[in-house]
Amino acid sequence: MQVYLDNNATTMVDPAVTEAMIPFFSEIYGNPNSLHRFGTASHPAITKAINQMYKAIGANDKDDIVFTSCATEANNWVLQSVWIDKILHGEKNHIVTTEIEHPSVLSTCKFLEDMGVKVTYLPVNDQGIVEAHTVRAFITEKTALVSIMWANNETGMIFPIQEIGEICKEKGVLFHTDGVQAVGKIPVNMQEVHVDFMSMSAHKFHGPKGIGALYIKNSQKLTPMLHGGDQMGGRRSGTLNVPYIVGMGLAAQLATTNIEEKMESIRVKRDRLEDALLGSLSDVFTVGDRNNRTPNTILISIRGVEGEGMLWDLNNALIGASTGSACASEDLEANSVMLAIGADNELAHTGIRLSLSRFTTDEEIDYVIERFESAVKRLRAISSSYAIVQPTAGGATLACHIHH
Amino acid sequence: MAKNDLLGGSLWDQYSNKVTTLMNNPINQGEITQEECDAAGHKLIVADFGAESCGDAVRLYWEVDPANDTIVNSKFKSFGCGTAIASSDMMAELCIGKTVQQAVKITNIDVEMSLRDDPETPAVPPQKMHCSVMAYDVIKKAAGLYLGVDEASFEDEIIVCECARVSLGTLREVIKLNDLKSIEQITDYTKAGGFCKSCIKPGGHEAREYYLVDILADVRREMDVEKMQASADAGLQGDFETMTLVQKIKAIDAAIDESVRQFLIMDGGNVEIIDVKDSPDYIDIYIRYLGACNGCASSSTGTLYAIEATLKEKLSNKIRVLPI
Repeated sequence: MQVYLDNNATTMVDPAVTEAMIPFFSEIYGNPNSLHRFGTASHPAITKAINQMYKAIGANDKDDIVFTSCATEANNWVLQSVWIDKILHGEKNHIVTTEIEHPSVLSTCKFLEDMGVKVTYLPVNDQGIVEAHTVRAFITEKTALVSIMWANNETGMIFPIQEIGEICKEKGVLFHTDGVQAVGKIPVNMQEVHVDFMSMSAHKFHGPKGIGALYIKNSQKLTPMLHGGDQMGGRRSGTLNVPYIVGMGLAAQLATTNIEEKMESIRVKRDRLEDALLGSLSDVFTVGDRNNRTPNTILISIRGVEGEGMLWDLNNALIGASTGSACASEDLEANSVMLAIGADNELAHTGIRLSLSRFTTDEEIDYVIERFESAVKRLRAISSSYAIVQPTAGGATLACHIHH
Repeated sequence: MAKNDLLGGSLWDQYSNKVTTLMNNPINQGEITQEECDAAGHKLIVADFGAESCGDAVRLYWEVDPANDTIVNSKFKSFGCGTAIASSDMMAELCIGKTVQQAVKITNIDVEMSLRDDPETPAVPPQKMHCSVMAYDVIKKAAGLYLGVDEASFEDEIIVCECARVSLGTLREVIKLNDLKSIEQITDYTKAGGFCKSCIKPGGHEAREYYLVDILADVRREMDVEKMQASADAGLQGDFETMTLVQKIKAIDAAIDESVRQFLIMDGGNVEIIDVKDSPDYIDIYIRYLGACNGCASSSTGTLYAIEATLKEKLSNKIRVLPI
């Protein structure tokens, strides 16, 4: 058996979505901007996909949902164009975000800092979320934009988007949320929150990779990032990616229809896995209150077991999971979320993220419980953290010599 | 950045089979107890390096026969990724059977080379080299504990690149001898900076005490100063061709003062030196006539030959005098 538990990284494309996309490669392939029948033949399907997107997130007809190449593009677009509109061509000079945003937000903010923008990276509490009052405290008269994710990719923790939206509305500050980990996982209704911009990604909810979208409240001003043939009403140029738009629309519909039921089904499996691991293993803990998490996510810390070593053993057992910690990534940094929530430094390299999907089965959960436990057992048997014989006098490590 | 970098290679696929095998089934994993050592009349040494908060930690155990300082058994425990476990295992393996004094000479390069499947292919990708460096450090610590000396005493040189074990002295020498001008050249000549890249400049995986960029800049500056000093010394000894530009101009002026200028002034003229240009075959001296000399028919014939002949005789045969 092989089990994929890395659905916060990407998901399997729902076979129904693949099937819906296929006609738009070699049968209905015209450019939707063309006047002839080859071009217009795709219009009904695109219209349907647009309607599916508006319904999936409860957008108003006065709002825009612009398809992009990915959520990274959507995040870059908002940050860079707000910089152009409100900072370069306006009186503002400040952006508020958090220290645990996706790299597409953090790296863009670093770039804007190089361009002279002031950026505040808000800290998270021990639950891994930014509290609304913290956001309020850091908004100034010069703040152009608040950019805060709806749910975190590492922990699954859900941020108080409604309260933050109200604060931004009251302060007259634009509010962008990276909704990549929320849309399709938890109910997202734009009528119930005050959000100016929201980024989305199809491949996080069983759609194809290479397509995302940006929600823009009331079709408000946002200078385009891609200039060209004025597709998407002039907001985002580039020939429409018809099959992928069709795929994203259907994927959004399939993920959000009866979402409460789907969430419950995933949550039951997630909780069973989490309870089993917490119950059978000593010295483990999970990050964040599970009632305020996306129902598919577990970030578990296993004392004495380095994250990449654990991934190695899980991979040998044909289980795909992930870690943002230590050796797994090129930069060899500790898990930034683990550090941000104030976990002991010793545990910052021990986080393993397990993320389920609606396709995860009970048999797969049983298998993972069994193999996870045996991997922890093996690695703890090797681990210096569980060694019994103590160092010779003078032989202990006094300070960290590496990975500053 | 080029074609091969577009899709970053899979980290784990770059591990040698030996690394993979030892990660899955480490041979020397385990502990040695005081009781075992006591029973055999041996000494137990246990040393830690790294910490969980660093992301890597290793504990090394030695059972040493005090009669001949030989490590009769060695084991390890490790909190770390696959390469850390495999490197620790190989380190323990390499220690067994050696004397403590021999073991101190084991470097991370020895560990990494022993983990290779074939001698030409690295056992781990560059960013994993630091795992084997820990093995080197923990051995030093264990040896220090056994011999009752400071572990730093085993290190007679300052190591700039831990991965390739290149010392500050070696780097300075190689830069000077080969007239190296770039970091890429240094890496080509010494392998320093070719692995985890931390030692190239600040901001890498680890903070370092010395960085290649600073060493290169320092050595180049010293080389420039030395070159100038050499020229100045040569000039003082009267060797015109190796003089600095300023020395050359002074020498030329002095030679003209001594034998030519007085005659020019008598005729209501003069000459000034505009520039001196060196080439392998000639030293070209550019002059300008002043006063009555300017436009005088002899200025491009007899007077010019006289000036050139005087300078050739007094300073160098390579001299050509060019009026402008």
